[in-house]
Amino acid sequence: MADIEITLASWKLVEVGRLVLIRRGPFAGKLAAIVEIVDHRRVLVDGPSGEAQKIVPRHVLPLAHATLTPFTIPQLPRAAGTGPVKKLWAKNEIDGKWAKSSFAQKTDKAERRKNLTDFERFKVLRLRKQARYEVQKSHAKVRAAQ
Amino acid sequence: MSDGQTKQFGKGQRTVPAQKAQKWYPVDDESQPKKVRKTLRPAKVRESLQPGTVLILLAGRFRGKRVVLLKHLEQGVLLVTGPFKINGVPLRRVNSRYVIATSKRIDVSGVDAKAIEKISAPEYFTKEKKAEKKSEEAFFKQGEKPQKKVVASARAADQKAVDQSILGSIKKEEFLSSYLASTFSLRNGDKPHEMKW
Repeated sequence: MADIEITLASWKLVEVGRLVLIRRGPFAGKLAAIVEIVDHRRVLVDGPSGEAQKIVPRHVLPLAHATLTPFTIPQLPRAAGTGPVKKLWAKNEIDGKWAKSSFAQKTDKAERRKNLTDFERFKVLRLRKQARYEVQKSHAKVRAAQ
Repeated sequence: MSDGQTKQFGKGQRTVPAQKAQKWYPVDDESQPKKVRKTLRPAKVRESLQPGTVLILLAGRFRGKRVVLLKHLEQGVLLVTGPFKINGVPLRRVNSRYVIATSKRIDVSGVDAKAIEKISAPEYFTKEKKAEKKSEEAFFKQGEKPQKKVVASARAADQKAVDQSILGSIKKEEFLSSYLASTFSLRNGDKPHEMKW
């Protein structure tokens, strides 16, 4: 028999320590870690974030209301209490990693754009126009040189 | 009722009323007019409409224009100005219902209070009556050029006096002048009820 190479699938798994983004319910948009798997549809999550507005209390969350993220807290003990989760959360710099992810950045930007006032919207329009003009100018230069 | 005289009739006497009772009286009761319980109160305007606020006009000849609020007039309307030099909107009265208040405020404390007082008088905006009526003759002379409407120089002077200090404070901030010069309109996907102003 020929050698068969087995590689681990790089799927995001529902596992203890996996960080999930909550998409529905009162904590929608917040990040929490899976602490314990209740059954095939529900998990126990806990999100002791460093920022007060982003804290998710420990509760059972249907997986249908969650999106798995690529981040995990490695070696999180099963059914760890909020205290240890908080410690490991800080140690793994989850808040910083999440803020740097493209999803978080995109939602941040959308949120900021949504809350612009009329004058600020106008300024965005103008500044984008200026930026576009500069880009097109240098692009034209490159094309002319070719 | 005043007592009448007492008169002697033969042996007996009887009082005769000074005013005789009427022989006739109205068959129908006179209807009482309804008491009006309404009172005249000064108009209450939104809190967002403070003097200096940039407004978006929604109706009328200047709809879509962004203008500066000067004052609430006692007539229940708002006094606004373009400023005229920036977007062509003169000193004008507008209904506060047809206006969106933005969160942008411009300093209008430097505006001449005397000029504002003069403008806020109710007669200020009334049209002057023409000395002569349009005659039939004038109608048939249509071939000739009609006289151009001339803006009263007093009006123009008032406009300048009011706008002067506002223009100064507008100049201080970048993009503000072109913001006021631009008109507002909804584009695809815009949801005005969800927008912040």
